[in-house]
Amino acid sequence: MRELIYVGAGGFLGTVLRYGVQLWLEPASANFPLAVLMINLAGCFFLGWFFTITPVKWRIPAEWRLLIGTGFTGAFTTFSTFSIDSIQLLQDRQVVLAVSYILLSVVIGLLMSFLGIKIGERMSLSRLAKENSL
Amino acid sequence: MIWLAGLGGIAGAIMRYTLGRYIMKRAGGQSPHPFPLGTWVINISGSFLLGLLFGLSKAELLTSLWWALLGVGFCGAYTTFSTFGYETMQLITANKLRKACLYVISSVTLGLIAAWFGIWVVGIFIHKG
Repeated sequence: MRELIYVGAGGFLGTVLRYGVQLWLEPASANFPLAVLMINLAGCFFLGWFFTITPVKWRIPAEWRLLIGTGFTGAFTTFSTFSIDSIQLLQDRQVVLAVSYILLSVVIGLLMSFLGIKIGERMSLSRLAKENSL
Repeated sequence: MIWLAGLGGIAGAIMRYTLGRYIMKRAGGQSPHPFPLGTWVINISGSFLLGLLFGLSKAELLTSLWWALLGVGFCGAYTTFSTFGYETMQLITANKLRKACLYVISSVTLGLIAAWFGIWVVGIFIHKG
């Protein structure tokens, strides 16, 4: 039951930040869903890094992983808006924009997750090396 | 309005966590790298739900307050892109390339079809009524 409070609190913050960024980038997102693309790419990088570094380097309590990882980052990024925005572009016959949006989201998104995980591993290794040398 | 979205986000995130864990417990099996069925179901069902809401709001049957609460808030937080990316990378690092490809391609294709289907369903009902 207590874990739901952490997930919910993170969900609140992530959603508010996502909506804030969407409103802020609204003028630039008129013809292309730039805001959601940026949000999803940033979230992929952050979650990869955060879930990799926290168990090893920062041994923070599991509740913090639920709050920041599952709750906050999970709710900050969104898949349903990605789907709807792609369909809207297709229905407006903006096929090139739609395909670019889908490919950029998925390919760069996965690359961002990969980068986040790799940087997290590097930072964790330096910690483990230090501990081993003691 | 932004706080209303946040309120929907609380429910969406809790629903994602609870349902995701339930599905993985029932269907995860013994494999150390199971197919991420939880997030898969969540992202596709959330895309369908947002399609419904989007259709309703385009037909002006949903006020902007409900859209903020249920669309931006609930559906936005219920579905997730970052976990989708993280789970795919985990499958790739574990050398489960076929599972990873299947996960990515089916999530995106079925997510788009579900969103389109949601909009279509609303359109059908409006034209009938």
